[in-house]
Amino acid sequence: MLSISNLHASVEDKPILKGLSLEIPAGEVHAILGPNGAGKSTLSYVLTGREGYEVTQGGATLDGEDLLALDPSERAARGVFLSFQYPLEIPGVPALTFIRTALNAQRKARGEAELSAPEFLKLAREKAQSLKIDFDMLKRPLNVGFSGGEKKRMEILQMAILSPRFLILDETDSGLDIDALKIVADGVNALRGPDRAMLVITHYQRLLDYIRPDRVHVLADGRIAASGGPELALELEREGYDKYARAA
Amino acid sequence: MSAAFALTDLDLARLPGRRDEDWRWSDLRGLIRQPVEVSPELDRPAAPGGAFIGLARDEFVFANGQLNDWPQEALSPALAFHLHDDPGAARMADVMPMAQLAAERHVGPPLHILTVRAGETAAIRFRFISRATGTGHHLRLGVMLEAGAQAVVLESYEGQGEDYLANVALEFYLADGARLERIAAADEAESAISVSSAEVHLKPGAAFAQTLLVGGAKRQRFETQISHPGGGADVRADGVYLVGGRRHADLTSVVTHEAVDGTTSQLIKGVARDQGRGVFQGRIVVAEGADRTDARMGHHALILSDRAEVDAKPELLIFADDVQCAHGNTVGRLDEDALFYAMQRGLPPEAARALLTEAFVGEVIDRVEHEGAREAARTWVSERLGGG
Ligand SMILES: Nc1ncnc2c1ncn2[C@@H]1O[C@H](COP(=O)(O)OP(=O)(O)OP(=O)(O)O)[C@@H](O)[C@H]1O
Ligand SMILES: [Mg+2]
Repeated sequence: MLSISNLHASVEDKPILKGLSLEIPAGEVHAILGPNGAGKSTLSYVLTGREGYEVTQGGATLDGEDLLALDPSERAARGVFLSFQYPLEIPGVPALTFIRTALNAQRKARGEAELSAPEFLKLAREKAQSLKIDFDMLKRPLNVGFSGGEKKRMEILQMAILSPRFLILDETDSGLDIDALKIVADGVNALRGPDRAMLVITHYQRLLDYIRPDRVHVLADGRIAASGGPELALELEREGYDKYARAA
Repeated sequence: MSAAFALTDLDLARLPGRRDEDWRWSDLRGLIRQPVEVSPELDRPAAPGGAFIGLARDEFVFANGQLNDWPQEALSPALAFHLHDDPGAARMADVMPMAQLAAERHVGPPLHILTVRAGETAAIRFRFISRATGTGHHLRLGVMLEAGAQAVVLESYEGQGEDYLANVALEFYLADGARLERIAAADEAESAISVSSAEVHLKPGAAFAQTLLVGGAKRQRFETQISHPGGGADVRADGVYLVGGRRHADLTSVVTHEAVDGTTSQLIKGVARDQGRGVFQGRIVVAEGADRTDARMGHHALILSDRAEVDAKPELLIFADDVQCAHGNTVGRLDEDALFYAMQRGLPPEAARALLTEAFVGEVIDRVEHEGAREAARTWVSERLGGG
């Protein structure tokens, strides 16, 4: 599904990713842990095409297609979704309008029929309910004045409605209370399937208790410093990143 | 209003230009160097059209400055429509300085006066059509709301020619307790010069609200002068300018609070693209003794290209104590982070830009009270910003 090879990327001429390689086959969930500033969010932005994140070497493909040649909206239409570490506020655009516009833009790009207003409302209501989001909140401008946790939930709602194929969760657990974490994890797990894959960026084992990863990677100093099974996350929880910081 | 008269008389020497403080960003003198011939009269009623089509019972069409069509016998009983020098209109000269001036001077185009009778309600549409090439036309129109009358006035400026000069001078008079909402949409030719000036006189307890939607021209100026009597009277003076190509649009307003207890709220939003140029000049004057005035002014503009320009001059001149006044002025670019966020969710770059720009302008549109006009205004904006 997603294949990253020897990826080098810079921000403002400062190298951040320094030869990162990673394979995430369809049907799998991979977790990435790593110290602050290691380049985890940078990786998520490079994969989604944010301006200012310059790829200097290497590449990334999704189902064999060169991901880096596409603009962010084209990547979204191919099914790439990023749950932002810090979701943006969109003043003046009700959440419902925003999500519906996004969904229909994606469908149009894929040559699918757009969803009618009633069809969309039905879908949005259903997903909001399963994530225990008050539907009235969706009438407010997206994320404006929402609490940190509400913004994270709103990311997962968008994910549930857009139904992407490749999901990147960048610290979706931070800012969530214990109940919300459980609800969000259920929402994410509902999207697991043989045709989908996920990259879960987190600092805490707790999220991985709910979203069980197939593989765990340590990202340190711009590259994958270690990979293993779920037990690697437990080990990191006990021992920290010291070992990898020294190696780097 | 002086510019309107100078234009009407085609007194080129009196046209305002760069050196006039209030016109320095919208020079007319440098642009009109020779006398302009008067545009021909249209020989038949104009075809239906314009923004706000179908939204008002009573519709008055002016083409090339001449009255082209109006309801005549079908006129709503709430209304009266006169030429300024017929007896029905004479008494208005007392309260409407422009009418008075026109009556005294007997020059320029005829002045029509539309009256909304005391306590009555009306929805009125004015279409100002310019179907001319290389000529100029002038129009004067007074709207009077008698005590307790309520009206919505919808103006569409419809440019169908090129290189013309269109000059519209309006006067609004609101008697005690009258309420008027004015919404104007201007779509002039890119090669046109267009000036629309309005003088607004309010009595205590009256409410005047306006929303100007201005698309620009070679030179376009919408000027509003409001004399505010306080005494519970309320003014809203909003506007939107969207300029692309090489268009220029100038929204200028002066609100003068003359006595205690008046409120004014102004929200102007502008978007300049390509080589477009937007101008906002807003002045709120709180005269000595006009205590307990509450006046708020906001102007916010987006510049979407390196060659676009916005000039803004917000002014609060306060000569009274105990007032609540605030103003905000920002000129900036679209938030790149928000753009990326929208694109990450699937919006192509152009659609993402249009969505955020429309949302930015939407705050002004949301303040339009008349529901039909509000939706028409939204459509006007979204068609011009290329959104869905
Ligand atoms: N716009 C920017 N300008 C300059 N440096 C940047 C910019 N964005 C990121 N960086 C730098 O790149 C490095 C990696 O940042 P990144 O956000 O990817 O880290 P992270 O692994 O996600 O950290 P955290 O766990 O704190 O979220 C940091 O040193 C950061 O300061
Ligand atoms: Mg990060």
